[in-house]
Amino acid sequence: MLGKTAGGLFWMFRSLERSENTARLIETGFRIALTRPGSEEWASVLKTAAADQAYTANHGAVEQSRVINFLLRDPGNPSSVMSSFSQARQNARIVRTAITREVWEAVNDAYVSLKDRLARPVPERDLPDVLAQIRQHSALVRGTLHGSMLRNDMFDFCRLGTFLERADNTARILDVKYYVLLPSVMQVGSSLDNVQWETILRSVSGVRAYNRLNHGKATPMGIADFLIFDPRMPRSLRYSVTKILSNLRMLHAEYSDWHACHDTIERLDRRLTRQTVEEVFEEGLHEFLTEFLAETGRLGAEIETDFKFTE
Amino acid sequence: MTSGQKFFDEMRGINDVTRAPYDAYASWFQSEDPKGLIKEAKEAEAFFRRTGITFNVYGQADAEERLIPFDIVPRIISSKEWALLAKGIDQRVRAINAFLYDIYHRQEILRAGRVPKELIARNEAFLPMMMGVEPPGGIYTHIVGTDLVRTGESEFFVLEDNARTPSGVSYMLENRETMLQMFPELFSSIKVRPVAGYPTALHASLAACMPPDPSPEPTVAILTPGIHNSAYFEHAFLADNMGVELVEGSDLRVRDGRIAMRTTRGYKPIDVIYRRVDDDFLDPLNFNPGSLLGVPGIFDVYRAGRITIANAPGTGISDDKAIYSYMPDIVEFYTGENAILKNVPTWRCSEPESLAYVLDHLAELVVKEVHGSGGYGMLVGPAASRKELEQFRAKLQAKPGGYIAQPTLALSTVPILTKAGLAPRHVDLRPFALFSPNGVQLIPGGLTRVALKKGSLVVNSSQGGGTKDTWVLEDD
Repeated sequence: MLGKTAGGLFWMFRSLERSENTARLIETGFRIALTRPGSEEWASVLKTAAADQAYTANHGAVEQSRVINFLLRDPGNPSSVMSSFSQARQNARIVRTAITREVWEAVNDAYVSLKDRLARPVPERDLPDVLAQIRQHSALVRGTLHGSMLRNDMFDFCRLGTFLERADNTARILDVKYYVLLPSVMQVGSSLDNVQWETILRSVSGVRAYNRLNHGKATPMGIADFLIFDPRMPRSLRYSVTKILSNLRMLHAEYSDWHACHDTIERLDRRLTRQTVEEVFEEGLHEFLTEFLAETGRLGAEIETDFKFTE
Repeated sequence: MTSGQKFFDEMRGINDVTRAPYDAYASWFQSEDPKGLIKEAKEAEAFFRRTGITFNVYGQADAEERLIPFDIVPRIISSKEWALLAKGIDQRVRAINAFLYDIYHRQEILRAGRVPKELIARNEAFLPMMMGVEPPGGIYTHIVGTDLVRTGESEFFVLEDNARTPSGVSYMLENRETMLQMFPELFSSIKVRPVAGYPTALHASLAACMPPDPSPEPTVAILTPGIHNSAYFEHAFLADNMGVELVEGSDLRVRDGRIAMRTTRGYKPIDVIYRRVDDDFLDPLNFNPGSLLGVPGIFDVYRAGRITIANAPGTGISDDKAIYSYMPDIVEFYTGENAILKNVPTWRCSEPESLAYVLDHLAELVVKEVHGSGGYGMLVGPAASRKELEQFRAKLQAKPGGYIAQPTLALSTVPILTKAGLAPRHVDLRPFALFSPNGVQLIPGGLTRVALKKGSLVVNSSQGGGTKDTWVLEDD
């Protein structure tokens, strides 16, 4: 397979994951704003989407409809839902020969209908519909990937993009909110303010799952454990790292080359299997997340070099 | 157009009676509800947009992806008509290849005075660097898309030879897929020859042209200028259906005297490149130094016989419209036979007498740039305004050698489906031929382009033309 193609697949699925995550953040922000007026949730949503600086530069004060528009469809925001989707589709065109017709059609369909739907600012009353549509499109693309692609190196690069972006996203959600999970602010074992835990869990579509596993008892450590270490939670760091590890191992099996990225992912995986949430809190949650984000950043760069995405 | 002029209609002939190849289709059409068909035609458009069959139009501000309109009424060719075309194209492809070999070697045809020397020597499409180069298998024109027009029951003319990088074959394939989806019942009652084997045939034909001493399994790749090229969809479509890599210049480099592509596991050599990049952009070291699309040094590898480039560099000379006018001589010179397919009578404006005639009859003629393509820079006399005529007259006088002129042909029509029912529109036809040491292979079908505007004779997609599925019927 061409290095360029591998890179195209990787970035296509990274962008798709990103657009889905941004949509989920908007959904969370909107929900909190409706149910908890005055909670200033939008500022932290912008920060989580790494769009706070760009937003302030362009729009100044945080204002709901402007934030939604910025995150949803502003072409000046490279991680807006529409920008990410356009990038995904652009990459899909580049790798058109590596993806199946089903995957291509799902991406292209989504692009065509989103472009139409997001041609104008979305009125608040339509927002839930639009966000649901984005979620459905993402699910469809993922479904076609699973149902129609050969399980070979191409599939591995798609998955690497997905899970690297997901790990990054979950780590950022936690990092923006790490202060509400700090034991110094909240006593260990005490209940969290509803808004705060709801936001965190909603941003990863994990409210019901968490409540089911923890009988509705939200504690800082419980939530951190769930999002960092729970191997059953499909958006946890541990889960994402396990997936990246398995896809990189598959590439090793297929190519029989061992690269720097293999060392990095083994190191990350060892950490997440051996460490406990108590140790993380001892070390400092923010420090832990900062290092995790640095490691995934390095991993992404290594994958790019090791598999010759570019010259 | 002069109003009231009678055109040959492929469905209803000249006398408004259904022609034999359309019998079965016409009776099917009679039994259909036109409103339902129009609805289905709309659905076809949605289908095309979904599958991403779009093309970019050069010169449009935001390079939007546009759909080529598709019309659901097929263009139908009987097996007998096709047999004649096939024979004619076979002859022409062989003659063009022989001509190219000769032009780039001993130049016998120039010595014999059958084609003027200046026409070659001063031609931009002539590549002096190809002199004495042996293309693998002796093949220059691996893929040819001959443009044909029809003016009567048995009147076919070759309009252009397209021996450079003919495009449009993906539409031939996708139009058929669409028709199969929309009207399966038609294909169970009418025996239409399949076209779906084209990608496999192309792969086999290209592999048969590989250089001597290749890899054990010949590796074929398609070289595209990239996603912004107007035909990118087609490049990807073909690579996908042939199961080969779609590469850009930045994926390739010269390694150990061969062309290699950068894969996830390092560089891997290629044996055959089907390039959809013009000669000029192929190799910045040997041709246009500003090109970012090509591969530095590829021409040196080619000259050393270690890569097949399809079509070969320098084939553009046979596409030249001034050379075109000599095609009957060229066919005769190399095959010893008369050309089976006729040329359109052509005035070479480089010749003073012809120029005088053309200037006198500008309003009746079609004038084309010698090196032009895609319907750009051409004048359709009968459709032009007085001002346009005068502007073109000035251009002609300034650079007569840059133009040829042809009579305005009474192109045949095929009906399209409109809200008011069937309406005749002018068409042309581009069948695709593959050439390898194993011979010429013609796919039974082609690209039918149709001018959607009433009375228009310009079928180019870049000028608002559409396409139709092209049916070649099986023998009865």
